[in-house]
Amino acid sequence: MKRQFLLLLLLCFAVAAPLATAQTAEDSPLSGEAAVAVSPAPGPVSNIQLKDTDNDHGHSVTLSWEISPDDGAGLNNVIGYEIHRALSPEGPFVKRAGVPAGSHSHVDVGSKEESSPDYMKDYIDYYYKIRTITADSAVNAESTVAGPIQSYGQWFNTGRVPVLIFVACFLALTLYFINRAKGGADLYVRPLAGIGAVDEAIGRATEMGKPILYVLGLGTAADIATIASYTILGRVAKKVAEYQTGLIVPCYDPIVMTVAQETVKASYADAGRPDSYKEDMVYFVTQSQFAYVAAVNGTMLRDLPATNIYMGKFYAESLILAETGALAGSIQIAGTDEIAQIPFFVVACDYTLIGEELYAASAYLGREPLLLGSLKAQDYAKAGVILIALVGFILLNFGVDGFKEFFFVSN
Amino acid sequence: MNIFDRMMSLDRRWVFLFIALVCVITYVWPFSIPIRITEEVKAIYSFIEKLNEGDIIFLGIDYDPNALAELHPMSYAIAEQAFRKKLRVIFVTLSQNGPGMADQAIRDISDSVKLDKTYNGVFYPGREIKNGIDYVFLGYKPYPALVILGMGQNFRIPFPSDYYGTPLDSIPMMKGVMNYDQVKCVIDFAAGNVADMWISYGQGRYNFPLALGMTGVMGADYYPYLNSGQIFGIMGGLLGAAQYEKLADNPGPAIDGMRIQVYAHIVIILFIIIGNIGFLVSRRKQG
Amino acid sequence: MKRQLPLFLVLIFGLFGIVQYFIPHEKSEWMYEFLLDWIYIIGIFALALGIWSLMRVSWDKIKHKRQNWQYSIVTLTGLFAMIFFGFNYFRDFFNSAGLQNYMFRAFFDHIMIPIQATMFSLLAFFIASAAYRAFRARSLLATLLLISALIIMLRFNPYLGFIGDYMERTALWLLNVPNLAAKRAIIIGVGLGMVATSLKVILGIERAYLGKD
Repeated sequence: MKRQFLLLLLLCFAVAAPLATAQTAEDSPLSGEAAVAVSPAPGPVSNIQLKDTDNDHGHSVTLSWEISPDDGAGLNNVIGYEIHRALSPEGPFVKRAGVPAGSHSHVDVGSKEESSPDYMKDYIDYYYKIRTITADSAVNAESTVAGPIQSYGQWFNTGRVPVLIFVACFLALTLYFINRAKGGADLYVRPLAGIGAVDEAIGRATEMGKPILYVLGLGTAADIATIASYTILGRVAKKVAEYQTGLIVPCYDPIVMTVAQETVKASYADAGRPDSYKEDMVYFVTQSQFAYVAAVNGTMLRDLPATNIYMGKFYAESLILAETGALAGSIQIAGTDEIAQIPFFVVACDYTLIGEELYAASAYLGREPLLLGSLKAQDYAKAGVILIALVGFILLNFGVDGFKEFFFVSN
Repeated sequence: MNIFDRMMSLDRRWVFLFIALVCVITYVWPFSIPIRITEEVKAIYSFIEKLNEGDIIFLGIDYDPNALAELHPMSYAIAEQAFRKKLRVIFVTLSQNGPGMADQAIRDISDSVKLDKTYNGVFYPGREIKNGIDYVFLGYKPYPALVILGMGQNFRIPFPSDYYGTPLDSIPMMKGVMNYDQVKCVIDFAAGNVADMWISYGQGRYNFPLALGMTGVMGADYYPYLNSGQIFGIMGGLLGAAQYEKLADNPGPAIDGMRIQVYAHIVIILFIIIGNIGFLVSRRKQG
Repeated sequence: MKRQLPLFLVLIFGLFGIVQYFIPHEKSEWMYEFLLDWIYIIGIFALALGIWSLMRVSWDKIKHKRQNWQYSIVTLTGLFAMIFFGFNYFRDFFNSAGLQNYMFRAFFDHIMIPIQATMFSLLAFFIASAAYRAFRARSLLATLLLISALIIMLRFNPYLGFIGDYMERTALWLLNVPNLAAKRAIIIGVGLGMVATSLKVILGIERAYLGKD
């Protein structure tokens, strides 16, 4: 009986042993060799440098270190580093991130929201340590604790100095040319056919006794193209009021509509005809792109305006509007800074203002020294940009990289 | 007016008629055409394919019904690929009529994922995808730039609750998901300027991997962003969608619509050639 | 005073916008976000004004039986029908989305979607007609444009075999080199124009948007 029991025990062992070995092999991601001999631990990272992250709103610390001697050399068993953070040198340390082998730095960014579990309070001490990890989770090396370091926000973003210099130079240039223009200097600006056509088109509408349709586009009130468009609308409305022609301004954005109403109303008052202004000249249609197009197209085909003016931001609807206007036989003047839409307007309209010409239109229409001066400054700034691009092109080709670095702007 | 003058100045209604005819004929007569895959589309497919179960992707359904023909196939193909791989998806829309689009897409994809299917030789058993567990639809808010910036701080700032009124904090999938840091990538399907805002206010400020799906007209404008590395992939128009459907081995309306587009292009090219023959011969006669 | 106050506000907030760009501090961010919130508020009030404007113009047309006044009835009916069905009367009235209402969804799926898709489809016809008229070999430059257009369009054509690969490469070169160079030139001009316009508005040089030359 005892012998039988021993035999049974041996049998169980014989069956269970390979299974147990297989189980161990499956559990461990390490190879068979590793299971036999434990691999040696890699060297830890050294010289951990901590600093508050530059040019940010706080809640962030930047770490840099010298990589483990076994990262890409020596034992060559490092697969990455784990960044751990604590509020005291004794811990408890919490894992913040993992970075791959070869990394020398990491930016530990926390949330600024107090309600967030990731919230990282400013002006308190933080301590960091970096764990060098290998394929075997049990084999790793911890660095010494570095710290304390405090995170805080900055009051000036030094990464944006190039922008500041550019804006300051451009402002100085603008003020200089405005002063020159005020002093009576004759500033030449090349003629723009599209601008000259505006007056002609208003005259034509008056002769035909038909209204002018002014489309401000799909931009919001904050888009520069829309702001430029208000300016042109103001001047068109003034002329329209003087000539007693009809004006139709269907709007896509309610805020744009409100500003456009004020613009047109004030222009009628300036022209000395406040009574001719009617509330329904400028009206809201819809904020749905193609429903808006359908409404404007309907107006074009029913009211047959003598002139259609499209100024502002336009997207896929540009060609549908312009082709319908052409079908209705209207004179069409367009202007947009949306590059993709410019070809469509060029094909289907009589005159097109390309890109910045839209912004310059008000200076052309008014020919005021103040506005012409700013236009001249723009030209000189453009020449400056071309010069800088040329210098950069030459220097980069001769291997001088430093020049490029000066224009780097941080986010 | 001789024949060449006529060729030069055809009434636009002839062009309209021929385009309509070729669209209708190729629509009712089904045949397949080969599709070449481009790197910029493959990059998106490979990115999603490499993600692990449970990872979160963010899909911006930023288009209205007008762009549905081009953009719906893209969002369907990507969302289905994600759900089949058991990824989790956050849907948002910054387009006014986008909620209807997103809602329709979620309904249709849910139905499709219920069925057993094999894609690229891998069998995926059908499963039920659940709101709040497999996906969240945050809904719509106006002023896209502000919403994109707000979500960079916390999804809960612009969207305290999801589209169906459930507070984000009580949605299981959103536990610990604060902002873009917790999503693997953002893919925006855009028919307007929202794509620019995702690039400048989203990727530019919060530095997440961004890919774009857009209408064919817009496509060419966004290649510079691909070259500069601001976006990692781009799908332009029906062709981009058809390429994605082919990569995902999930043929749908884009592959079906490609034959119409290819033949419509051929008709346009023929009209351009006719116009030029007329123009050149007339000019020679005059000159 | 009526014009001085808006100009003063534009100056203050415009300068704040410039200065804020250079201050990354949390307090400056908070102020910026606080101001951005106002856009939501103004937007909502402006939308109400917009709808009021649409209703007034449409009602005026119907009342005076102006030309094509029947269309205004359709506009107002559509507006009110969508608002009416936008609520869910049988479940959670105040906390439910429009698409949970069967009628709202039906209108959206079966009216809005087909109508809007149709409008966008018109573009195919207009592009074809515009391409026919625009791409003519009138001059050397126009001929270059014509050839480029043909290459870009043909690159999508799957029947061209190995020629298609060349077309694809040429098309990408056209898009990435000459096209991008021209676009960048326009973008630089637009960028400078934007800065100039912003400065003009902030400094009160450009004030035609207030109705004053």
